[in-house]
Amino acid sequence: MAAGVGLSSADVRLQGRAPGRTRRRSPYPTWFFLPAAVIYGALFLLPTVASLWFSLTRWTLFEAEFIGFENFRQFFREPFLVQGVVNTLIYGALTSGLKTVLGLLLAVLLTGNILFRGTLRTLVFFPVLVSTIGVGFAFEAMMHPTKGVINVALEAVGIDGPGWITNPSLALVSVALVDVWKGVGLATVIFMAGIVSIPADYYEAARIDGATRWQLFWRVTVPLVRPATVTVVTLSLIGGLRYFELIWAMTGGGPGFSSDVIASVIYKQYQAGFYGLATAGNVILFGIIALVVLPLTWWFNRREVDL
Amino acid sequence: MTRMIPSAALAAALSTLASGAFAQEASLVYLVDNSPDTVAVAEALAAAYMEQHPEVSIEVEQRPGGAEGDNIIKTRLATGEMADVFLYNAGSLFQALNPTQTLEPLDDLPAMTGVLDGFKPVVTGSDGKVYGVPAQAAMGGGILYNIPIYEELGLSVPTTWEEFAANNEKIKAAGRVPVAQTYGETWTSQLFMLADYFNVQAEVPDFAERYTANQAKYADTPAAMRGFEHLQEGFDKGWWNEDFGAATYDDGLRMVAEGEAAHYPMLTFSIGAIQQTYPESLENVGFFAQPGPEGAPNGLTVWYLSAIYVPKGGEHTDIAKDFVNFAGSPEACQVILDTIGATGPFLIEGCELPADVPRAVADMLPYFEGEGRTAPALEFLSPIKGPALEQITVEVGSGIRSAAEAAALYDQDVVKQAQQLGLEGW
Repeated sequence: MAAGVGLSSADVRLQGRAPGRTRRRSPYPTWFFLPAAVIYGALFLLPTVASLWFSLTRWTLFEAEFIGFENFRQFFREPFLVQGVVNTLIYGALTSGLKTVLGLLLAVLLTGNILFRGTLRTLVFFPVLVSTIGVGFAFEAMMHPTKGVINVALEAVGIDGPGWITNPSLALVSVALVDVWKGVGLATVIFMAGIVSIPADYYEAARIDGATRWQLFWRVTVPLVRPATVTVVTLSLIGGLRYFELIWAMTGGGPGFSSDVIASVIYKQYQAGFYGLATAGNVILFGIIALVVLPLTWWFNRREVDL
Repeated sequence: MTRMIPSAALAAALSTLASGAFAQEASLVYLVDNSPDTVAVAEALAAAYMEQHPEVSIEVEQRPGGAEGDNIIKTRLATGEMADVFLYNAGSLFQALNPTQTLEPLDDLPAMTGVLDGFKPVVTGSDGKVYGVPAQAAMGGGILYNIPIYEELGLSVPTTWEEFAANNEKIKAAGRVPVAQTYGETWTSQLFMLADYFNVQAEVPDFAERYTANQAKYADTPAAMRGFEHLQEGFDKGWWNEDFGAATYDDGLRMVAEGEAAHYPMLTFSIGAIQQTYPESLENVGFFAQPGPEGAPNGLTVWYLSAIYVPKGGEHTDIAKDFVNFAGSPEACQVILDTIGATGPFLIEGCELPADVPRAVADMLPYFEGEGRTAPALEFLSPIKGPALEQITVEVGSGIRSAAEAAALYDQDVVKQAQQLGLEGW
């Protein structure tokens, strides 16, 4: 079964590469795909099917009792879940949007002729390499309402800093900003690759026609860097929707439930030992990501054809 | 007292006998939570045992506390990766481990005869067997207070909530912080609510029973809801320290020990931590039970917090049991006293407290001596404790949610726990 799936997708690829020829047999014998099929089946297919089953049970790790869709009903009754879903969407949209805009602007800056370009590129990318949990704890200390370096600095210039991660209406935004700081380097690198691959002829032609710098950016760079934009938006949106580590390290979903996202709600169900319920939550999270990302990629791909 | 001595002597004799039987080389792992005093005691116990049994080596492994730790314990038990011996909560959290299937019964240990009968129910499985040996002294949940502030302002220890509130207003008027709250570690936010249980059961004696049977709720029992109301009152009246949202447990201990705050609602095991971290301030910290309403009896909510267990299917089960036997002996009490000092009355017969206990412990002992002045916390009377309580109490203490809404939300939260345990009537 699994072997069949692997084989047919390989066939499709081969056909795609050699259009015009009649259906070509794979040059490899069927058993050649077996190792990959076994690994795929054992590590991906089996757990997926098993998780669908366990999401329908009351599971203590020691025994599982079939309870139908009760877990899904319970998960949607979870009082914090609605806020978790809203927070997830806010978080995904905020981080994805900021990473795209700031990443593009930084990429334009860092592909221009500026001093210390190499050093600046390194500095922008550096946070990507640092451990997320470490960043989380560091910022948690820096955002401490009275002793944190941010509020101490603000106080020195006469501003009464807010409780960055202790104020319930600010906590999620604070975490999102740290996430943007940490992740914008990756977006910048993708945009830089996109900008560098735009042929210089377009800029020259536009300049001869008298385009301003703003017009060059808006009419040449932005449209032609589109494939990079699609990559950045899709990757950061998927990342943002299922994000967990930084939120957990900085606020634990708190204060109370105010920065809970779907992933942290699920994690808390695991912690409490509600394994079936948590598995059902993961199935729901999978569904939500698919619902958001599939139409988005479809829309992007369609626009690409239009261009 | 004379009655206890023979049983202690018997236990000691048996353990000497037993030690001969295990003259084989083995290395054990003892898993404990990472609070400094727990680790210090675990290492001292392991060292004392190894001294008597040079062929055995015991390594102390640390894990996080709170919900993170619950997860580690459950997962390691379920996957057969548990350490040879481990320390974990008694009461409702113990019940959630499915003890009859995962743990070794310890009824036959010689030390078990010396374990106080009052403790055994909180480590007894549904099959009536006992699975744990007490890991520490009994503790109370109540309010630590800074004695110099009380003396300076001429306050007296409150026995009713009204007196407590009046004290707080005077402390606030004097420009001091009345109550330390430390929501940087969310579990610390539950104390006002959980330590109020003595007062709940004084007013509604059958609450635990009816609560377990899904007949009583926090939202419709005024006595039970009072714990949430106390938290809301504290926030509304501005009793908290400025950084309550980010402060940690250790900050709370420092505040009450060094006089930055007048009160810190906490369990008395923290006296051990104060002794370790702020020894010069130890005698400045006193303790009183959480005060109840006017005219009600004044008593202490007691925690039988943790016990030592042996998982089923370990490689060195016999040696592990022998170590647990040692940990439940009067000898082990002495090791605990030498390491972190006295934090409360011991749960093992033959263990006596020295005359010069810390002030806060001395404040706690009279509750244990009087009849009907202590009651176990609800989590030791009922297997139900909702996992989101610490977030809910943070919300009430931070002014995000009202006490009434919080009680209703908590009632909803415990349903999952009751269903997961397969209790009747849910």
